[in-house]
Amino acid sequence: MSPAILKLIAQRLALGILLLLAVSVLIFVGTELLPGDVAQAILGQTATPEALANLRAELGLNDPAHVRYFDWLGGVLTGDLGTALSNGQNISEAMGKRLSNTLFLAMWAAIISVPIAILLGLVAVQHRNGFIDKLISATTLTSISLPEFFIGYLLVYFIAVELQWFPSVSTVYDGMGFADRMSAIALPCATLTLVVLAHMMRMTRAAILNVMQSAYIETAELKGLSPFRIILRHAFPNAIAPIVNVVMLNLAFLVVGVVVVEVIFVYPGMGQYLVDHVSKRDIPVVQACGMIFAAVYISLNIVADIVAIIANPRLRHPK
Amino acid sequence: MSDELKYLSDRVVRGLMDRRAFMGRAAALGAGATLAGSMLSSAAFAAGPQKGGILKAGMVGGESTNSLDPATFASQVPFAFGRSWGDTLVETSPTGGIVNRLAEEVSATADARVWTFRIRSGVTFHNGKTLTAADVVATLQRHSGEETKSGALGIMRGIETISQDGNNVVVALKNPNADLPYLMADYHLIIQPNGGMDAPDAGIGTGPYKVVVNEPGVRYVGERFADYWDAANRGHADQVEIIVINDATARTAALQGGQVHMINRVEPKIVDLVKRVPGVTIQNVGGRGHYVFIMHCNTAPFDNNDLRLSLKYAMDREQMVDKILRGYGTIGNDMPINAAYPLFDEGIEQRAYDPDKAKFHFKKSGHDGPVLLRTSDVAFPGAVDASQLYQESCQKAGITLEIKREPGDGYWSEVWNKQPFCTSYWGGRPTQDQMYSTAYLSSADWNDTRFFDERFDKLLLEARAELDLAKRKELYSAMGTIIRDEGGLITPMFNDFIDAVSDKVGGYKVDPGAELMNGMALSKAWVA
Repeated sequence: MSPAILKLIAQRLALGILLLLAVSVLIFVGTELLPGDVAQAILGQTATPEALANLRAELGLNDPAHVRYFDWLGGVLTGDLGTALSNGQNISEAMGKRLSNTLFLAMWAAIISVPIAILLGLVAVQHRNGFIDKLISATTLTSISLPEFFIGYLLVYFIAVELQWFPSVSTVYDGMGFADRMSAIALPCATLTLVVLAHMMRMTRAAILNVMQSAYIETAELKGLSPFRIILRHAFPNAIAPIVNVVMLNLAFLVVGVVVVEVIFVYPGMGQYLVDHVSKRDIPVVQACGMIFAAVYISLNIVADIVAIIANPRLRHPK
Repeated sequence: MSDELKYLSDRVVRGLMDRRAFMGRAAALGAGATLAGSMLSSAAFAAGPQKGGILKAGMVGGESTNSLDPATFASQVPFAFGRSWGDTLVETSPTGGIVNRLAEEVSATADARVWTFRIRSGVTFHNGKTLTAADVVATLQRHSGEETKSGALGIMRGIETISQDGNNVVVALKNPNADLPYLMADYHLIIQPNGGMDAPDAGIGTGPYKVVVNEPGVRYVGERFADYWDAANRGHADQVEIIVINDATARTAALQGGQVHMINRVEPKIVDLVKRVPGVTIQNVGGRGHYVFIMHCNTAPFDNNDLRLSLKYAMDREQMVDKILRGYGTIGNDMPINAAYPLFDEGIEQRAYDPDKAKFHFKKSGHDGPVLLRTSDVAFPGAVDASQLYQESCQKAGITLEIKREPGDGYWSEVWNKQPFCTSYWGGRPTQDQMYSTAYLSSADWNDTRFFDERFDKLLLEARAELDLAKRKELYSAMGTIIRDEGGLITPMFNDFIDAVSDKVGGYKVDPGAELMNGMALSKAWVA
């Protein structure tokens, strides 16, 4: 790899880390602005004043905000996310499990949806403006237009309750067999696939169609190449950059934006974990979740950037 | 006819109807006593406990932030799971009595000030240790120490000393309290080895199930404890499981799809739909929980009793029960007590919606202009709708009610117990004394109506020391009347606990103490 590209990658990474720091401050300020108090949120409506005072002292909530922030940041830099204020669990441990669940679901949703989306996009281009193109667009656009909770409930009603093919509760746990696990995530995975399909499919279609206007495609056609070969070999490589961008955006969504789907299917992922801790004002956990979400988002975008640069020689050698 | 008889005998078995009433109804249906008697015994036989299987509950009320430390229990899932792995000294029965559990015998001195609990022998903890009086003393101390953050601290405060006397635990109170056993039945007071001083959240107890999976906010699994001391009556299933399903639709779907056997908190608006699901029964019971509108008696304009009375008369209770609870509840009478409490006086006059009286008292109060009510849906389900209904019924009495909708986040810390007029919820307590001492005594921790009344305080202390039940009932009646006529509480309704249970579950008996058989469904019911 040329030093120019390495330099570019290093730049992007440095920018990403800077961005993460900024995000951590934003998250902290955001959590400080929330009304209410950790001790009250943990002990509930019926806590006595003494119990509240005892808990506050124990949690170190009487320190000023900036002191707590830097304590935490120092911990993170040394790889220690601390313990949850609310139940004393080790955050890295508790979150590790949730994060791997989220990644597992996201991975399968991506494995299913990305190839389907791109393939559908290619097929749509080949039959552009024909019946098949319109059918593909209509169905995928319908599924993206429905709110995800509605798709989820439809699947629960027809597939889990009426047909009883797959369970409506997607609780996964350690020691679960692979087949059971796949059966458990079938419905949330299908929901997510339906939600992200249209965006990627439409982008693939648009990007390739754009390239198809170029002169070299006309040359290829005049050479007598088959239409699908033209799309796959000549148009697709030049349309990769925008497609990768959209795919990465959707992958990021699969990791950070699935709270609603997790709630409907009772899937023990990061979203539910974050929501529980926000409502308990558990700042270390909220911060850690926020940081991880931000890191996922930023790194996926860096990957998209880098792929786009590598795919496009003009970006590789800026003048 | 036989369908109805079957239904009736089912109700007897579930404890909703007594034997005598059953025989009477059976006779009315024209069944001979022999037939009726045999119906009853066959239903009871069919309901005999069966061992084995996995019993699963899908429940709302669990968060990733929950801990197994009983001192921190505040929501439904830790509460119900705690009932599966732990035992308390005594428990309340579905009829409001006291059942001895880890205490074999409970006795008191004549003045109800010093109580002795004889600790059951032959009970072992899940870690193999034998239960001793010292463990009980340590548990009670952990929940009552100065440093504690236990949810039971409020009820432990009346205790002066806790000491061990051989196999007995002696609890000496600062003041007499005839209700002490009810306080000891509190679900936080699970007896732990050495009181849980070493490892409060280890989940080691004496209950019918050992903790094998503890994933807060996701899933809990308990495995039958082989050495359980009360194996004949509890711990029928081989394994119990709680899946946390906070979404109401997902919960219902899980029950319908057969993934769980029972769910808690069926929303009143979907009860009728759930009833039509084959293989599912709705189990509802009137509890002690109540939805309230609370006014601070010491803050203008609510410091005027005429204004408070006018707001009480302006409440259309029937409409509230009908619209907000869809009939799954009972009307309240502006006091925190209803017929689900022992020693309740049915004779206290029920307050009814009366716009004219409301108008009269409003005018007499001299208050002019609108009254501000703060509300949020976290106060109780449907609180915002209830506030709007109330606004309309107030309007008819010429009172302008302004509604301010507050964010649900932080409602319990920023609005409730801070603002002078808001909507709220009380879960109820096992006894009248506990309910009144928690929120209506002048010195109460959560005196959320800012009610300071010397007569009331005196009556409360008097009732607490009164061992003659008839006299106590009279005292409680007088206290209820004071709250009803002078307090800051508007109680339009008491809500039912509504569970839905699959036909595959045997031995389900509702308990007014709390939902899911007072949290004991997993240990008392079985897979049929």
